[in-house]
Amino acid sequence: MEDLTKNLEISNLKIGAVNIDAAEMCSFKLNALIRDLVKRGFKEFNLHNVSGQRYIGAGLSGNIVFKVHGIPGNDLGIFMNGPNMYVYGNVQDGCGNTMNDGLIVVYGNAGDVVGYSMRGGKIFIRGDVGYRAGIHMKGYRTAPALVIGGRAGDFLGEYMAGGVILLLGLDENAQREVKFAGTGMHGGVIYVRGEITHFGKGAKREKINENDLQLIHKLAKQFCALFNFDFDKVMEQEFIKIVPVSHRPYGKLYT
Amino acid sequence: MRLLSQVNNPYGDDKNIDGCALFGMINVEGTRFPFKDPIRAISNMRERGNGLGGGFAIYGIYPDHRELYAFHVMYLNRQAKRRVEKSLKEKFRVVLSEELPTKEAKVWNPPLIWRYFIEPNRSKVNEEKIAEDDYVVKNVMHINVSENGRALIFSSGKNMGVFKGVGYPEDIAEYFCLEEYEGYMWVCHSRYPTNTPGWWGGAHPFSLLDWAVAHNGELSSYGTNRRFLETYGYKCTMQTDTEVFTYAFDLLVRRHKIPLELVSKILTPPFWDEIDCMPQKQKQLLTALRQTYSGLLMNGPFSVIVAQQGQMIGLTDRIKLRPLTAGVKGDFLYLSSEEAAIRVVQPTLDKVWNLTGGEMVVGTVKAHAFVRLQLVTTLLGN
Repeated sequence: MEDLTKNLEISNLKIGAVNIDAAEMCSFKLNALIRDLVKRGFKEFNLHNVSGQRYIGAGLSGNIVFKVHGIPGNDLGIFMNGPNMYVYGNVQDGCGNTMNDGLIVVYGNAGDVVGYSMRGGKIFIRGDVGYRAGIHMKGYRTAPALVIGGRAGDFLGEYMAGGVILLLGLDENAQREVKFAGTGMHGGVIYVRGEITHFGKGAKREKINENDLQLIHKLAKQFCALFNFDFDKVMEQEFIKIVPVSHRPYGKLYT
Repeated sequence: MRLLSQVNNPYGDDKNIDGCALFGMINVEGTRFPFKDPIRAISNMRERGNGLGGGFAIYGIYPDHRELYAFHVMYLNRQAKRRVEKSLKEKFRVVLSEELPTKEAKVWNPPLIWRYFIEPNRSKVNEEKIAEDDYVVKNVMHINVSENGRALIFSSGKNMGVFKGVGYPEDIAEYFCLEEYEGYMWVCHSRYPTNTPGWWGGAHPFSLLDWAVAHNGELSSYGTNRRFLETYGYKCTMQTDTEVFTYAFDLLVRRHKIPLELVSKILTPPFWDEIDCMPQKQKQLLTALRQTYSGLLMNGPFSVIVAQQGQMIGLTDRIKLRPLTAGVKGDFLYLSSEEAAIRVVQPTLDKVWNLTGGEMVVGTVKAHAFVRLQLVTTLLGN
């Protein structure tokens, strides 16, 4: 078999970071290389010139760190189970798909369905997210969290079953308010800084309580630390929450 | 060659469902550029296709014959070629005919492909008292329908050409020697047919006159749209959603002369509850549009790139079930299924954004205008 590692810059053979130039590398090859290196004990990866390669970090467990430069492809961090991933650019669709545990930090914007079916871990997006962020998020033993700095596309938290979405809406020039938020949701909670007026079926707006505020504080603090925002200023505005009307919205559909 | 035939749809459900890659770039100064960037970009999204369809529409490629219609025709066999050429000679003046230059490449079972530079037979056009373009449409449709898969005119515009077939786009490009062409606009498609085999005629872009359409997704409103268009004389013969887009744009823009701002409000209109909240005048306009053209409302997941001479248009469905990203750099507008494909040919962009549901993005040569139609809805009230 071809030695995929032969041209790599490995700064310290035992514990150091591995630099991978992903230019001209297809998704399969890049992921095979990463898995091979993880098996050999490497824990830190700097990925350069990433350009649309899919499934980066797929299914990996343990204390691994990825620093991604460029535009990673769809399903970044899919089924990921522990690693921390930092992306210094935008991400495409399906970031954090069915992620189990770990952290994804995006310094740009995210495409559609970020946090799709997420079951654990945290995702922080500095900028905007596309449509259906947090669709089908769930919480079983741990509650996943998705924090969005900018604005969200329509159907935020669609069919949400668990977990937490925090929409900060820090971009004051945002032209458009999220519509159909929480359509079909039957669990979990969406916190929104400011107001939104257009909900989907199955969702309702509620005032926040002390417990909510504690959770918002915790997530917002982490967000501000990651992206250098002024925490006090972020917290100046009021928050609302969107919760499901019922835990079994379709329970009587086929009776 | 068997795949030229449309009887390859074993389910008889009249349409294909696609999950594909789209890429388009236009230079608004009208400066022509070679194939390098478009091919690099579309092949960066290889996973979105499966090698069962790739194609290109290139605008500005035949400057020496700019006044003539350029027909690209696929033939199943020599008999079909003889029949079509006979009928072309009756209806048109054929100025130049030649086999399209091709070379060895990884494509599957190519048909015979010929190119004709033609002009309509003047006296016949006058006799029928119809516009020249309509005369061309009528005859293209007639030939395509009567040949029933044995021959297909898949490109019929002026100073533009479609090159497509069964293979990955980069292989199709090699097959058609696209390194020999230059254009100011390239629309590229990589296909992933999911319920019919790929066939040469079914690859995108689909084209009629100057229109070329590359499409990702599915129109659940296909039946309604098709019936509406058939009442205006269009014949849907391709079993793809793509031709419905083409005819819809041809009807609204070329024949009904409706400005693009309003075309987007017909194809992907605001929801009724949004219209209810609009100022009176705007409400009246949008209500009238929805009522008049209710049969052209496009539902279902899609993103589409539509091109005509001098213009590239991007559009997504109303609830954004397929991706489309726009990027601007200097005189170039890029549209792509994935941002990474734009960045791979242009790492630094002046502006980049993901289209919102129902948003139309238009790049027009000379006008230097990139219009985000979502933002000009307020103008509709004036």
